[in-house]
Amino acid sequence: MDESSLGWWGIPLAIVGGAIRVGTPLLWVSLGETVTEKAGRINLGLEGTLLMGAMTAYAVSLATGNAWLGVPAAAIAGLLLGALHGGLCSLPRVNDTAMGIALMLAGSGLAFWLGKPLIQPGAPDLPSIALGGFTDQPAVRAALAINPLFAIGVVLAFAVHWALGNTRFGLRLRVVGDSENAARAFGLSPSGYRICATSFGGACAGIGGASLSLVYPGAWSEALSSGQGVMAVALVIFARWDSRRCILAGLLFGGASAISPALQALGFSQGYYLFGALPYVLTLAVLIGLGKPGPSQGAPGELSLNR
Amino acid sequence: MSSVLASHPVGNHESPLAGQLRSAFAAAVPALAALTITVLLFSLAVAAAGYDALEVWGLIYSGGFGGSFAWQNTLQRAAPLILTGLAVALPAQAGRVIIGAEGALVLGGLAAAAIGNVLSSASVALVWPAMGLAGALAGGIWIGMAGALRERREVNETISSLLLSFIAIALFNQIVETVLRDPASLNKPSTKPLPESLMLPPLPGLDVHWGLAIGIVVALIAWAVMRFTPLGLALRVAGGNPRTALGVGLPVASLTIGACAAGGACAGLAGAVEVAAVHGAANGSLIAGYGYSGILIAFAARFSPAGVVPIAILVGGIAASGSLLQRRLGLPDASVTVLLGFAFVALIGCETLRGRWK
Repeated sequence: MDESSLGWWGIPLAIVGGAIRVGTPLLWVSLGETVTEKAGRINLGLEGTLLMGAMTAYAVSLATGNAWLGVPAAAIAGLLLGALHGGLCSLPRVNDTAMGIALMLAGSGLAFWLGKPLIQPGAPDLPSIALGGFTDQPAVRAALAINPLFAIGVVLAFAVHWALGNTRFGLRLRVVGDSENAARAFGLSPSGYRICATSFGGACAGIGGASLSLVYPGAWSEALSSGQGVMAVALVIFARWDSRRCILAGLLFGGASAISPALQALGFSQGYYLFGALPYVLTLAVLIGLGKPGPSQGAPGELSLNR
Repeated sequence: MSSVLASHPVGNHESPLAGQLRSAFAAAVPALAALTITVLLFSLAVAAAGYDALEVWGLIYSGGFGGSFAWQNTLQRAAPLILTGLAVALPAQAGRVIIGAEGALVLGGLAAAAIGNVLSSASVALVWPAMGLAGALAGGIWIGMAGALRERREVNETISSLLLSFIAIALFNQIVETVLRDPASLNKPSTKPLPESLMLPPLPGLDVHWGLAIGIVVALIAWAVMRFTPLGLALRVAGGNPRTALGVGLPVASLTIGACAAGGACAGLAGAVEVAAVHGAANGSLIAGYGYSGILIAFAARFSPAGVVPIAILVGGIAASGSLLQRRLGLPDASVTVLLGFAFVALIGCETLRGRWK
């Protein structure tokens, strides 16, 4: 029994499975960035954070033999990078866009440097949640082997939405992101909230990286991330700063990324690179279609991206 | 976003020598602080990894700037870096933060290789300008798109330029591996190599190709345009204060799109030069990260087109020392990226010191 028995049905099936595998890092990064942007800060450096998270998770999994320990380690690495970005951007005259670009380069460089010895060895991967137990079809089983980090991410997306809308901290964070003057009038410290939000965003991006190195593709290499960190920033606009829509965004763009490998697995290799560019084209098309999001679409007023 | 870019001191009032020295020092404080922090951080990182920091710095110096071979290597890399630095600096003058020069560079290289092969029997007097033009056009259109998307649809140009860069690299790979692939290139898909007679020769008396001169000339022209022409002034006003620019009737949209296209043209030209002087064909070697280093170079030069030249040479030297570090000490090649990344973070962070000492 192999994929050929499914024939062309293998393609949509592989895309659905791939949407979750590839979409999980996108979900995590965009979820974290939603919170960061809700506080009025943008972090373009998440590409570097994603790679640092992936490298850290892989190294810890390799050293301890327990893949689950890699996840909090990646979160801590991301948290530190996020706190660095948040702290430095709180200094007067330091621009968050520029600092994000700088941290993108510094973070990826550091991940490649520290990750050099990790390219060969195989660390244990996170076990997947097998929902395909009812069938003998290996392709169906593979597609329904759910990434555990995806499940956690979905829960967190709803939790974040609730927290932003219903907790004291969440409300204050949104005030800080919408109007610094209003926040000051309430006696809130914008820097403090932004540092917290950026650290949270970094931690989430770190876990997104753990999904790359511990689930899919499930190894450390320098080609592990190809712009997912930046795509996720665009997906936040697509999700209109609603953490629940990040799930949809992650799946949609993960699915687009899964088309190219799915076609190749079926021996259809023409236009391999062009299909590979599909997620970027789709992201760009979404940005063009949406234009400039206004406050009615949930755009935080203090976001430099929108000024 | 214009706040990053608008901090150029425009027109200092007359002051005695002491005052001038003091303000020169005040302007240099952030750069000096960033340099100090970078040296300390990288030394710490290298020491933590178990290497002798002094030895590493010594090797960076000798690999980049110690002797004629090192200088040749450095200047060879500086040629495309000047142009990719301009690719970021020129749009920044008009208030646009472009980070997609890598894609414009590879498309420029591809266009140049294609034209070079079509015209391969013509004289160099025709082929070289045609290759340069094709490269500049390809890159200019590509980054011009990011500028136009910003004006027409308010799409953030930083994000769109990077997405366009990924798309450009995919297009490049697809074309190099299919339509324009030289059947003789087995392991490394490549376009048909240019005939030896069409390769850019070295500068007279040097072992560095003409690309360096092209880069410096383009930088000087850009500097002169920005400094002495009404166009340059209009661009700076459009970038620094768009509302004023609109108020005095400047065509802000055309100016900023034009600045983005000009930047893209520089990156495309860099690709054309790399093909005509170094690789002889368009292939994966073009994707070498010059576009990303250009971002750091432009920010460090504070977007001054002339300032890009010395900083590109410095960055070229550091990059050139990478292979020596790897050979002698076994440091991974990414250590150079780490050094440049630390420098970038320190540089942006130290902007906070600007204007604190008057």
